[in-house]
Amino acid sequence: MSKERIKIAPEMFDIMPEEYQDLVERATYGKDGRGWKDIGTSKELIEEHSLCAGCPESMAFRYILASLPAPEDTVMVGSTGCTSLVFPHVGVHNIHSLFGNQNAIASGLKRALSVRFPGQVKDVVVLAGDGATVDIGLDMTLQAWFRQEKFTTICFDNELYANTGGQESGLMQKGFVAKMAPVGKTFEKVKLPEIARESGCHYVVNCTVSKPNLVEKVIKNAIHVAREIGPTYLQLYTPCILEIGKNSMEGLQEMRDSEKPTERFAYKEYVSDEAKELLTELAAKEKERKAALKKQLADKQAAEKELAAKA
Amino acid sequence: MATQSLVGTKNRAGQVVEDPWKMMHEAERTPCFFTGSEVIKEAIRRANCDVMIAYPITPQSEAAALIGELFAEGFIGDYFRGESEFAVMSQCAGAAFGGARVFTTTAGPGTMRAMENFPMWAGARLPIQMIVTCRGINSPLSIQPDTLEISYLLNTGMLVWHAETAQDFYDWILKGYMVSEEPDVHLPLALCCDGFFVTHTKDVVNLTPADMCLPPYDPYRSPVPCMDMECPPVRMMRDPFVMKSNYISYATHASWQQEVWAAIERSRKHAIRWLDGLIEVDRPDAEILIVSSGTAVSQGREAQALLEEDGIEVGIVKIKTLRPWPGDEIREATKKAKHIIVPEFNVTGWLAKEIRATIDDGDRVFAGPHVCGGMTMPPEVIAADLKKHLGLKSESLAGRGS
Repeated sequence: MSKERIKIAPEMFDIMPEEYQDLVERATYGKDGRGWKDIGTSKELIEEHSLCAGCPESMAFRYILASLPAPEDTVMVGSTGCTSLVFPHVGVHNIHSLFGNQNAIASGLKRALSVRFPGQVKDVVVLAGDGATVDIGLDMTLQAWFRQEKFTTICFDNELYANTGGQESGLMQKGFVAKMAPVGKTFEKVKLPEIARESGCHYVVNCTVSKPNLVEKVIKNAIHVAREIGPTYLQLYTPCILEIGKNSMEGLQEMRDSEKPTERFAYKEYVSDEAKELLTELAAKEKERKAALKKQLADKQAAEKELAAKA
Repeated sequence: MATQSLVGTKNRAGQVVEDPWKMMHEAERTPCFFTGSEVIKEAIRRANCDVMIAYPITPQSEAAALIGELFAEGFIGDYFRGESEFAVMSQCAGAAFGGARVFTTTAGPGTMRAMENFPMWAGARLPIQMIVTCRGINSPLSIQPDTLEISYLLNTGMLVWHAETAQDFYDWILKGYMVSEEPDVHLPLALCCDGFFVTHTKDVVNLTPADMCLPPYDPYRSPVPCMDMECPPVRMMRDPFVMKSNYISYATHASWQQEVWAAIERSRKHAIRWLDGLIEVDRPDAEILIVSSGTAVSQGREAQALLEEDGIEVGIVKIKTLRPWPGDEIREATKKAKHIIVPEFNVTGWLAKEIRATIDDGDRVFAGPHVCGGMTMPPEVIAADLKKHLGLKSESLAGRGS
């Protein structure tokens, strides 16, 4: 969908909601190289959220939405949990249907969009919590990967069921005492990134969302690889500060502490050979685009200078 | 209507898009001798479907696999085997959210496994068509015909129709899309039949021409936006209602559910037009009526002939749609009846209960024979039970202790 499609008739402009006016006037639809630095320049994809103050998930949400390579042609699929409190605010089409079936929904959706819009970019991105991805929905998560469905699965890993009040989840660390794990979790954190690799994902990253630059890069990579090659998986640590006994201001530090080289969220990446080739190609194109922009800017400045000199 | 303008154009398989009313009512029909499963395939061949998602479960496996052949031949946009019925129904939802005309089939335990999806389909206003080839859902394991699963579908917010014959099946699959995709309906349809009795028996079915198909689904004739980013996204709300415990939240959920049920009611006029009424009545003046749905109606007709030999006149009421429920029609058709016998292929007799709750003087309803677990329902059993109910002498039937 181009920005043209969302234009408002001038006579109707003033009666449209503020968010819609903003979407039309300032949305970064179709903008090359959009990224996290665009946050704050428009309401467009997410302005407010209804998460707890200081929740790292809210940061992650913003970075992700700002980093979508083609939001004007992206449909997101969520699941039940804290993410489902944010999606109603999000300015791209998004689907919530049931708890845990997000990768099944995305499979059908991606197939339908491919049938209806052959040869056109229509990205599908799943964003769900760890309960949805690894516990109740694991079957559908894996089967979508086995089938090589061409969409990105993002798991907000907060290592517990946050929305229902902090119960044990499969991605919780062993020994952590939580509701439904009254004597501490008795088994290891499920190694989903490794399972994702073995299940056929072409790009897998395990990291925190402490660095927006990094989040932007992995989101873009994951979506491009999914678009062209096959399934991709991102596991992002978005700690639930409430349920691990931290304060609103401590989310960022918690992520920094957890991404140290010996910790469970030390940056881990797997890229298939096919994906490596694609990403190298895309990086070269991006370099060219930036060089062209730089040249364009330099030429413009030179022309202005020349004009000023003549004057 | 946008779809009408496509009449005369060709679809992906080279079939010509026809005005659906003309296709179903005026086009030349060719008689074929097919199994019910083959009939499903032939209907879908002409349905201009975008996506079909399959899962093997008896007795629908054959139909689901035959539609795979249609995909290989280019009649369906996409087709794959999902991993379970729960997943399949979610995959169907995803495809329908994305604006596709979607078809799937299931049966018995599959229907039960997928159940969480059905109210979601209805609430999300997805006009998916699901064939339910009913079979037992009990333990110990059974694969035999049994219609108990239909009763679980009745309160999901889906349209629920119950086909008697393979011909019904053929016509109703195609007509079903026309009804369920109406913008004032836009609901999923569970098109049920009695597994094996319809799916695995051969019957003569009159088919419409194979080079003719329904108009494609137009996802923009929908009461809710299609999730394809081809219409402007809106922020739906500032505070999701799921988190609110207040009157506005309750009222929103309540009105959404009421609207689903209002849409079922609005489907009534379309179903009456396409199915030529929600019920079919034979001998409405008879004092004794056999009222049922599915193949129990066929058995009722045989019993009617047997009873006629004994000088007992019996009328037949065939119920075609269970949702919408033809309450007025049943009240009207049964107003002269003194005895209403409801034969069923399930243990609870859910249809008899529905009818009893619909008519005046519900004591007229006799929930007679409800066989289950794969038991057949010979017409002699219906006739014998009816005679017994009327206090008449009947011949003893082997094994029934009568």
